[in-house]
Amino acid sequence: MLSTHKLVNILQAYIIRRLFFLFFVIFGVSLLVFTIQYSYGPDRRAMLYVDSPQQAKDIPELKKKYGLNDPYPVQYVRYLKEIAMGNFGYSIVAARPVWDAFLHYLPITIELNLFVVPLFIIIGIWLGKQAGIKRNTTYDHVTRILAIIGWSLPTFLFALILLMIFYGKFGLFEPAMLSANIEAFILDNPDKYIKYTGMYTIDGILNGEFGITWDAIKHLFLPVLTQVIVIVAILMRVMRSSMVEEISKDYVITAQAKGVDSKTIFNKHVKRNALIPVITIAGQLAALSMEGSIAVEMIFNRHGIGNWLAHAALKLDTSVIMFMCLFMAVIFVVTNLIIDLLYAYIDPRIRLT
Amino acid sequence: MIKNHPKIKELKFTLNRIFTNPSAIIGFSLLLFFIVVAIFAPQLAPPNTKSHNPYIVPHEGFSATPKQPSAEHLMGTTSGQYDIFYGVVWGTRTAFKVGLFVVSIAALIGVMLGVIAGFYGGLVDEIIMRFVDIVFSVPLLVLAMAIVVAFERDIKYVIIALIMVEWRNYVRVMRASILTLRDQDFIHAAKVMGVSDIKIMLRHIIPNGIYPVMVIAFMDIGSLVITASFLSFLGLGAPTGYADWGSMVAQARNYIVGPTGEMFKYWHTIIFPGGCIILFVLAWNLIGDALRDAFDPKMRRQ
Repeated sequence: MLSTHKLVNILQAYIIRRLFFLFFVIFGVSLLVFTIQYSYGPDRRAMLYVDSPQQAKDIPELKKKYGLNDPYPVQYVRYLKEIAMGNFGYSIVAARPVWDAFLHYLPITIELNLFVVPLFIIIGIWLGKQAGIKRNTTYDHVTRILAIIGWSLPTFLFALILLMIFYGKFGLFEPAMLSANIEAFILDNPDKYIKYTGMYTIDGILNGEFGITWDAIKHLFLPVLTQVIVIVAILMRVMRSSMVEEISKDYVITAQAKGVDSKTIFNKHVKRNALIPVITIAGQLAALSMEGSIAVEMIFNRHGIGNWLAHAALKLDTSVIMFMCLFMAVIFVVTNLIIDLLYAYIDPRIRLT
Repeated sequence: MIKNHPKIKELKFTLNRIFTNPSAIIGFSLLLFFIVVAIFAPQLAPPNTKSHNPYIVPHEGFSATPKQPSAEHLMGTTSGQYDIFYGVVWGTRTAFKVGLFVVSIAALIGVMLGVIAGFYGGLVDEIIMRFVDIVFSVPLLVLAMAIVVAFERDIKYVIIALIMVEWRNYVRVMRASILTLRDQDFIHAAKVMGVSDIKIMLRHIIPNGIYPVMVIAFMDIGSLVITASFLSFLGLGAPTGYADWGSMVAQARNYIVGPTGEMFKYWHTIIFPGGCIILFVLAWNLIGDALRDAFDPKMRRQ
């Protein structure tokens, strides 16, 4: 047995190593992102500073002024300096600095994922557990086929089809964030509705206007459904194969031979062990769910970061694209860090290697 | 003699595993259907003149309102009067081009880097794998978008952008399977006998470690076709009027809801190209799923 003191030391060293890795990756991504932007050519990047046709003749001066013809390393160092000062450029689509626009759009995406992530984790793990226990039964085969169909569905297409059925046929859940009259109410009563978080569901509760919360939830129904179904399909299969592998281990046979009832075996022993590899996938899927919001936000007309990115890409708003690459990388690396720390906490075999 | 060779027996067993699996049978039949459509595209939907690019969907007039299926237009026309049947048939070729090109080139690059990293280890391994770590931390779609905006709108730039992102998927998998092989006795024996490194890699390491890569490759063809069609849907991929399922769905986007009383009037504009994407992806995923069962050493004998 390790002493607690030694354990803390090992964990500390582990965390320091991981943090070092985090900075390395972020630095690498900034280099990658800058290289992509650099490949657009000086003229294209000078266009970012132009906001009227008359200014187009200034392009050669702009190139000189912002040093766009400078050698690659010089420009990269300048870019790093700007980023370090929190200046990510100007977004043409949002008509404001990238960072301001990002803070404005982020709550909408977080709100969506606040519903998506817990739902897909709970449903995915539960369905996968059942399929693993009832291996090779009708239930297993049916869920398997549904899962394969689920992850063959492109999110954007699935969203359109749901919209076609629910909105087109039944006139329910129009593609917006709030009903028109509720939106008008918010605009008319700035004193009654104060923006705390930027998320309508939470702000509605905080302001005591439960009608707003209910309306926002109604409009979240289809976007959440779309995203959850596609992600659940993946997580469920991972959980199933992890369960199947765990069930075939010797300790399960021992427990069965001792006469432990199967409910205890599955819930207390098998499920807990089977969850370990599932944590990684669930975490990564949660990080990717931010990216998955691009299609959903675009089709359901929600003004989150995904929708912003899609519009920015069309308008060649490159500073937004570069910023989003960096942001997604940070999300991904931090998620991985959290997963690894969770692992080290759950499974002692890992932190010792 | 040759009949009882262990490799032949093994292959027979694997093939048997694959072709008794119902999902593989459905997958392969769907795939066969798409292959036939792609091969006979010029016969099914003959292009107007020989000189113009057959991938450009013919259109009659510029009316925005889609037309219903008729004898002349088997699947009707979409917004801008583009013939849906023509687009769907030639779109099959586009889908194969995207999926096969991207996956085969990306897998080739990824496998080579993975083998080099795993086989030599040390500094080479460190450099390659840290680079993969960096590229891996930006999600596929966002990175592909960043690369594709650098080019003009064309399907070939989508293919290039996806290759530049996709190769990373194979490096880690290949390297992991090399690491389990590297220290096995038959590799040591080959080294002692003076077999060259290249020959050891090509003859002994790659054939033994390639299965996990193959399973991922099959699955990835499906997801890449989804990504490519989403890029087209966003307006970053194939231009309007190009025979591509994604851009056809984009054209139908404003017609998902018909006029009052006939809500599903324009169903054909989205269901035909959209259904093709779903079935095409489904085919590859079903095959990939069956291959995983057949190749997985833990599951195959049970």
